[in-house]
Order: sequence, then C-alpha cells, then structure tokens
Amino acid sequence: MNHAIIEVINLKKDFFVGDVTVRALKGINIQIREGEFVAIMGASGSGKSTMLNILGCLDKPSSGEYKLDGISVSELNRNELAELRNKKLGFVFQSYNLLSRTSALENVELPLFYNSKVKARERKERAIAALESVGLADRMHHMPNQLSGGQQQRVAIARSLVNDPVVILADEATGNLDSRTSYEIMELFQRLNTDKGKTIVFVTHEPDIARLTSRNIIFRDGLVVKEQMVEDRLSAADMLKSLPLGDHEI
Amino acid sequence: MNYSNLLKIAKNALMRNKFRAFLTMLGIIIGVASVIATLAIGQGSKKSIQDQMSSMGSNLVFIMPGSQQRGGVMMGNSGSQTLKLEDVTAIQQQCPDITAVSPEVRSNGQAVFGNQNWPTTMFGANALYIGIKKLEIESGRIFTDKEITSLAKVCVIGKTVITNIFPKGTDPIGQTIRFKNIPMTIIGVLSEKGDNSFGQDQDDIMIAPYTTVQRRFLAIDYITGIFTSAISEDRTTEAIDELTTTMRKQHKINKPTDDDFRVMSQSELVKTFTSISDILTMLLGAISVISLLVGGIGIMNIMYVSVTERTREIGLRMSIGGKGQDILMQFLIESTMLSVSGGVFGIMLGYLISAMVGSLMGWPVVITTQSVVLAFLVCSAIGIFFGWYPAKKAASLNPIDALRYE
Ligand SMILES: Nc1ncnc2c1ncn2[C@@H]1O[C@H](COP(=O)(O)OP(=O)(O)OP(=O)(O)O)[C@@H](O)[C@H]1O
Ligand SMILES: [Mg+2]
Repeated sequence: MNHAIIEVINLKKDFFVGDVTVRALKGINIQIREGEFVAIMGASGSGKSTMLNILGCLDKPSSGEYKLDGISVSELNRNELAELRNKKLGFVFQSYNLLSRTSALENVELPLFYNSKVKARERKERAIAALESVGLADRMHHMPNQLSGGQQQRVAIARSLVNDPVVILADEATGNLDSRTSYEIMELFQRLNTDKGKTIVFVTHEPDIARLTSRNIIFRDGLVVKEQMVEDRLSAADMLKSLPLGDHEI
Repeated sequence: MNYSNLLKIAKNALMRNKFRAFLTMLGIIIGVASVIATLAIGQGSKKSIQDQMSSMGSNLVFIMPGSQQRGGVMMGNSGSQTLKLEDVTAIQQQCPDITAVSPEVRSNGQAVFGNQNWPTTMFGANALYIGIKKLEIESGRIFTDKEITSLAKVCVIGKTVITNIFPKGTDPIGQTIRFKNIPMTIIGVLSEKGDNSFGQDQDDIMIAPYTTVQRRFLAIDYITGIFTSAISEDRTTEAIDELTTTMRKQHKINKPTDDDFRVMSQSELVKTFTSISDILTMLLGAISVISLLVGGIGIMNIMYVSVTERTREIGLRMSIGGKGQDILMQFLIESTMLSVSGGVFGIMLGYLISAMVGSLMGWPVVITTQSVVLAFLVCSAIGIFFGWYPAKKAASLNPIDALRYE
C-alpha cells in the first residue's frame, strides 16, 4: 500500500461573519494515499471548497490536524507555508486565475520564479515541457484572452504541474466548461494520474465527472458522510469517443 | 528569492499594464516638473532683481533731502534745499566706512548738435561719481579737479544721447554740443549699461562737473543728492550710521523725527524688492505644492483603483508560492521604477518649461539643486508609498482571501 500523502484528523473550520459563526467543517477525517485520484463531492455549501483550500494551504483550519507528505502543516508559519505551496502543491481553480496580458508560457513559468534554485533556462524548459504535456505547445505565446476556456484551463493545469508537485488540487476545474471540453480536461487529469502517478484531489458536484476518478468522498454539512471506491472506473478518452461527434456544429 | 527574479517579475508586471504605469508616472512627472519650474521662475526673478540692483552702484549708499517738519508743517521733500556741499566735505572727513563721495545735481534740458536735439538729463557730480554708480568711461576721460573749480564747460556723454544727436560714425570726443544753450565740450564717452530694473535707460545721461551744473545751468548753491560707496557690502549698516550721525551734526538735529534728509542704501532697496519677489516665489511655491498634491492624489487614485485587480494577482502569486516579502519587494520595485523614471522625466520637463518661460519672459531661470532634490524626493516618496501600502495590506491577507477579494 502506498503511504498517505494527505492525512486529515478531526479538522474543523469556523467562519465568523459579524455575530454569526458559520461552521463550514465540523470534524473531517480523510486519508489520501500516493497515486490516488480522489473526487470530493457534495451539495453546494457542504464545505468542499473550504476543505480543498485548507488542503492547499491557502487557508488555515480552526482546529484539527493536517499532515501533508508527513509534514504537520499547522505548525508552519506563513513563509514555510508559501514554500510548501511552491514545492509540493499545484492548484487548479474553477476560474483559471491566469495573469492577464501575460503569455501562456510566462503564466506557466510563474511558480518557478518563486523558486530561487531554478535558473532562467531550466525555468523555460520546464514550462515548455509542461505546456507540451497539456497539448498547448503551439499556443505558448498566446495571451489568455486569445485562448478558449478549455485552453486557459490547460494552461492553468500546466502551471500546477510545472513545479512537479506531490498533489494537484482542483476546485471544480471543469465547472466553467461544456461537457466535451470537460472530458478533455478529465482525460488530461487521468493521464497525469495513471502515466505520471500524480496524486489528484478533485472537487466536483457532477457524478459523471466523479466516475472518472478512483475514489469518491462525499460531504454533507461539513462532514464526510460517505467514502467509496469507484467500481467501474471509466476512461475519459472512451467517453469522448462515445460523445456525438462535433456537438459544436449544432 | 533572488533579485534578478524579482526584477523580472516587477518589470513584467509593469509592462503588462503600460497605460496604468504611464498614468502613475504622469502624476509624478507633472508634480516634479511644476515644482521645479515654479521655483526656478521665482528664483530667477529674484536673481534678476538682485543683479540689476547691484549694477546700480558699488555698495551704494545715498542721501536724499527728506521731508522737513517745521513747526508741525510738513514741507514735503520735493522743494527741499537741505543738502549742501559742506555736507559732502564733512562726510569725506568723518566717515571711515565710506570710500567715495560725490554730490549730485540734475538739470533736464535739450542737448543739441547741428539740427538734431534730444531731451536728456545733465548730472552734475565729481569724478568719483562714475565709480560709485558703476559707470565706465569707454573712451576719452573724466573731468579733472581743476575743471571742477573752474566751472569748465566739459562733459561725458552716454550712448543714447550720442546715437540721437550725432550722425552715424562721428567720434563725439572733442565735439561741442549745446545744452540749455551753453556749449559743452565732450571729453569722454560712457560704456553702454542698458535699462535698470525700473525700465529707465541708464545710457540717456550726461555728466558734467557739479559746479558747472549748479552755477551755469541751475544757479543754485544746494545739491539734490549725495552718493557714496561703502567700503564693503557688509559694512553698509555702519556706513549708514556714520552718514546719519554726520548729517545730524551738520544740520544740528537732535531728534530723529526732525531729520531733513534720508539715507538709503542699495542693499535696502534690494531687500525691499527681493522681499516682493520672495512673496511671489512663495505664492508660486504654494501653487506648485498644490499641483504636487493633485499629482499625489492622482497616483493614489490609480493605485487604489487597481488594488482589486492586483489583490487577486497577489492572491494568485501567494497560492503558487510567493512569500509576503516577495510580493512586497515586487510592488516596491515596481513603484520605485515608476517613481524614479517619472521623477527623471519630470526633472527634464521642469528644465524645459523653465527654459521656455525664461526665454519668453527674458528672465534668467535659476534651477536650484534643492528644488530638484525636494521635488524628486517628495514625488518619489508619494509614488512609492501609495504603490507599496495597498500591496502590504494585500500581502498580509490569507492567500484565499486575497484570491477572492472584490
Ligand atoms: N470566507 C467565508 N466567510 C464566511 N463563510 C464562508 C466563507 N467561505 C465559505 N463560507 C461558508 O462555508 C460553507 C461552505 O462553503 P464552501 O465554499 O466550502 O462550499 P462548497 O461545498 O464549495 O459549495 P459549492 O459547491 O457551491 O462551491 C458555506 O456555508 C459558506 O457560506
Ligand atoms: Mg466550492
């Protein structure tokens, strides 16, 4: 059995809005092992994004334990967290979050700018390699506004890959895309998972998408209510083939 | 984080929004340029007044007849006949801080040569008068003591009179002209001096022995002014005191309110006029401070408006591993680059405006190092501060809060 990359023990998160306390996470216990492709599912407001943001070290838990790759995250200061994000994590957002008026290549290079060990040449080579792996080698010098939504998300995925992270976290990465493009993105994630062995945690509320992953964790009201392995895991590539050809021609 | 990376990040961020960068710079450019130009113009007008004043004479201190009060009746000072030649002699003997003294009498009249005539003023003085008033003999000579005692009909003449009564190319020396119907022989020519600060032509002048002017033209025995040079600029105050004491003794005056003369110095005049131009400079300064403020507020606005967009950028940078200090350094470098280049352009523009105003107004413009340094520092400080402060606030947020900022 692969070792646990992510270990969450009795984790809670409260938000304070005026006098009201919103208990977004009420005691979560999760283990995710190396090489898994996990989908976090659940109704809107159930705490999925909150969980993912904490896993991504973008936000801090109110209480509880979170170990990433053996490191106890709650003991780290801001700078150490930044370093952790830079070295071990890749984040893919629903709204891409690319820098505008900045070429795809430069967007992908960005994480490596914050790693002083990577020299300019290596930075560029790795960014190009990452763009090639998402199939955008020919769009390197395009600006975000010259790319389709799917292409922009590919750039964002390339950016999350470029630092060779131990975990890729994606929050509704297909949420803004049509079904065909969604499957294309999922095919990419599946390849990253199976070919490159990347651990992926993927938030979605579409069951179709969740069936492309290896395990589903279901949230409700800030608690994990169900965990199940995906029995008959589908391949996104097969799904694409079965889609009626060229629905863009309608 | 290494600095070449930071520099590249900051440069790329600036290039990404050239128009915003330009607008920010514009505020700084205008602020710096306006401060430099206004101060240069103010300083220039002050200097031009000082220059012209000091060209009036060398450490000039002069005595004019003052208003007399006799039995409570103000007599005015136009008709005063209180200054005498004996006063000049007394000053020569009793005032150690005075190097040269000359009496002055004036007579207005027509200078005539052939069929040309020209209205001008004949000044009566002694030979020292030339030096006291910073005049120069260009050719010929000044009259001698013997010519003074003998009431000689000789004079030196200014360029304006020459061009107006002599045909071109005539050598005036040795020529005889008529002034108030008395033939006067020209023995010297004064070099050109131009207009003074009041717009008077200082070359429209003739100088003859004071005895000649007193007796032959005016038939008086008093004088209308006494002109002296103090030993040095610093000793002017002492010179004034000595003159006042001597004059009071001469005129047997006990109370200062009874003075029938007035002692004035060139440096006092300079002070009066420069204080006027100081007020002007302050006014201009106030205006430029306001434009500096407006420029500053402009910078602030642009920075503030871009904060939303930039806060998300900061959030993204933090989410991919940017540390607080990396982000801050980036923004500091960005706003320093903007402010410094804006400041440099502003200095250039300030020089340009000053030069243009100077040549339009015919003023010298004096750009002082202080004004350049001050304008540059103030504007850069504003630019850097307003570029950096919002970033500091954003960088202290949780990455997720910065990412979601709206
Ligand atoms: N910054 C915040 N301040 C206050 N409350 C918050 C904040 N972020 C999230 N919440 C609350 O926490 C709860 C969980 O929110 P979260 O965004 O994790 O839900 P979600 O499962 O991602 O929903 P969706 O599927 O709609 O994205 C919600 O009730 C939300 O209102
Ligand atoms: Mg969500």
